[in-house]
Amino acid sequence: MGIDWKRYKPAQHFDELISSPGNARAPARRLVSYLASLNQEELDARRQTAEATIQQMGITFTVYTDEGNIDRAWPFDIIPRVISAKQWKKTADGLAQRLRALNLFIDDLYHDQKILKDGVVPAHIILDSKNFRQECVGVSPPLGVWAHICGTDLVRDKDGEFYVLEDNLRVPSGVSYMLENREITKRVLPEFFESDRILPIDEYPSKLFDTLVSLSPRRVKHPEIVVLTPGIFNSAYFEHAYLAQQMGAELVEGRDLVVGDDDCVYMKTIEGLERVDVIYRRIDDLFLDPEVFKKDSMLGVPGLVRAWKKGKVALANAPGAGVADDKVVYAFVPEIIKYYLDEDPILPNVETYLCEDEKQRNYVLANLDKLVVKPANESGGYGMLVGPHSTKRERDTFAELIKKNPRNYIGQPTLSLSTAPTLFENANVEPRHLDLRPFILQGEDTYVTTGGLTRVAMQKGSLVVNSSQGGGSKDTWIVDTEGKA
Amino acid sequence: MLSTVAERLYWAARYLERVENTARLVKVYTNLILDLPDGVNVGWYNLVELNSCTETFEKRYKNQTERNVVKFLLADDFNFNSMMSALNAVRENIRTSRDEMPVETWEQINELHLYVKNNVQKAISRSNRHEFLDGVIQGSQQVNGLLSGTMSQDAGWEFLRLGRNLERADMTTRILDAGIAAILQESSTSEPAANFTQIVWGNVLSSLSAYVPYRKAMRTSVKGEEVTRFLIEDTYFPRSMLFCLNHMQDASSKLPRHDKVVKQIAKLSKQALKEVDHTRRDQSFRDYINDLQIGIADLHWCYAETWFPEQA
Repeated sequence: MGIDWKRYKPAQHFDELISSPGNARAPARRLVSYLASLNQEELDARRQTAEATIQQMGITFTVYTDEGNIDRAWPFDIIPRVISAKQWKKTADGLAQRLRALNLFIDDLYHDQKILKDGVVPAHIILDSKNFRQECVGVSPPLGVWAHICGTDLVRDKDGEFYVLEDNLRVPSGVSYMLENREITKRVLPEFFESDRILPIDEYPSKLFDTLVSLSPRRVKHPEIVVLTPGIFNSAYFEHAYLAQQMGAELVEGRDLVVGDDDCVYMKTIEGLERVDVIYRRIDDLFLDPEVFKKDSMLGVPGLVRAWKKGKVALANAPGAGVADDKVVYAFVPEIIKYYLDEDPILPNVETYLCEDEKQRNYVLANLDKLVVKPANESGGYGMLVGPHSTKRERDTFAELIKKNPRNYIGQPTLSLSTAPTLFENANVEPRHLDLRPFILQGEDTYVTTGGLTRVAMQKGSLVVNSSQGGGSKDTWIVDTEGKA
Repeated sequence: MLSTVAERLYWAARYLERVENTARLVKVYTNLILDLPDGVNVGWYNLVELNSCTETFEKRYKNQTERNVVKFLLADDFNFNSMMSALNAVRENIRTSRDEMPVETWEQINELHLYVKNNVQKAISRSNRHEFLDGVIQGSQQVNGLLSGTMSQDAGWEFLRLGRNLERADMTTRILDAGIAAILQESSTSEPAANFTQIVWGNVLSSLSAYVPYRKAMRTSVKGEEVTRFLIEDTYFPRSMLFCLNHMQDASSKLPRHDKVVKQIAKLSKQALKEVDHTRRDQSFRDYINDLQIGIADLHWCYAETWFPEQA
């Protein structure tokens, strides 16, 4: 016996592959019927292929525990998520629009602050934000772009529409897993890649490379690009090494770099010092330069911000870009898009209540059991209250936190995240919640990945997709169904 | 190539060599002790002295017993020259420079690491020690074989060669010194047993896998002066001092900014070949060996200064 799709019940959520028991959505039809044709043994064999591939390619992520850091194999589900090319086109346009507007916004904040003067975004929200960096005021990075690499989290609600949950403009991670997921799936379900209906995704490293090259302060044929990592103990080290290798760039740590008297950045090689043009940094702002930010940072490079301000080196993303991924700023993104681009937002936001506004705060406090409450500046799903799954005590704690520091909290309705079939033992498929993180690049051109990283909450009923908290992942197919049978 | 990457490759090779050398040393010493006549005053503690770890040892153990010494040399995390520590260091260095090496290197190092971790306790008693140590030597040679068979011979390769040969030259001089020390010690305390010196030199050769090459090259029985000459001057045997120096000369000449290094290696080679009376068994000969050891240590600093990141 193989998969029995009639027994698969997506409940009241939007399911990515199955519209009603036994019926597949159009882009997934071929996949769903093919999976049903495999018996249990064949399915097990495919799952084993996936596991073996992950081991062989050494795809790991690091989990911090009391006993030290552990490299875990990447949890992966072999059933891809399928999205039609038509729907993706619209989503990608929306993502590009969003990043263009956010970059104009950041550049404005560090120069004339027109948007604050015009009262579209309340000035104190920005000026009180711990992510607004005084050190960046007046700096003009190449092309006026601050956030070159953005990872935006999307969720699908009951209506099947994509909503933006948050933008990550600092050091978003996950793109290497998106690429590796495809490599695994090519080995697990090779029969599907013979036709060209699944759009390829492997151009990302070269697009990233082009984006970085376009920022080079020196107009030379081969600018020196490096990936700056905090080191082997960082949970995303695998990704740093992977991207450096794929781009043919050097993977460096802070101690490999030095800023010279001429304010240029150099890396220490066996030939001597070699000038660096562009740094794709995977270190947080605060650790970048002990001369400017955290004085005791061992990860950064003294003088780096000075070199950047003088235009001798490009930093991607630029310091200070995080001011725009604050969850309070998020609530204003639709207005920001209208203000700078004079366009209607293509992608909707999730409805958001700002606790700093008294009326909205009272609503949040009265409905803590129904809402999701998030701190403005955390990532990775930490410090959150998921109302419907919370205890009275947790709600009381959060009520106190909100009253103490209203600026730092927002409330959102609990979304009914979409689900997709996930394969378990004995050919058993069950719905699991998921989100999607596409990656958007902006340099000379704007580029959006074809699909993105789909993260899956592997626990039944769970909404937490973060890999640090038990999430898994699956391949994302953008399928072109038009003009072809 | 980044200076840090060069340094990691160099240390990976050094530590891998150290793992193998430690295995050889313990193996040979186990044999030596069995061969020695009763009442001969050579103890296990010599191995600790030879590795310049006496201070660390004193902090850990009261008694200089075979069990403690072997445990200290093979399994002790506290001793960062132990086989286990050296293997951990190999692994850490390779983990952060995997891209510079054939992909299988990482897997093989992991296998060796697992083997040592799971079996090292067995080696503390004599009965399983041989088998375990042979496994380690084989594992390390397998990695070196993999590298010479599949690794691109670019700058990274040259740094591996530098590390491997420096560690070898260092170990050869240490073993020579230990041999001489054992003989001096024994002759000062009592009438040496008839075949004592021969047993010691035979084991010095064995510990470097040099017994047969020695017999072939020198065409003579095992004599102290010939053994020292062979282990220092022979240019064909891969663990003789001069052979290692020649290989480092060759490796460094292929790397950028090598002038100072090349000169310093040439100077050390000259020093090794200077007229020394190899029949003398007294402090002056130990001084000669000691100077070579200092020369090797200086060579390391010369590499570090030329190619590696400055120390913070």
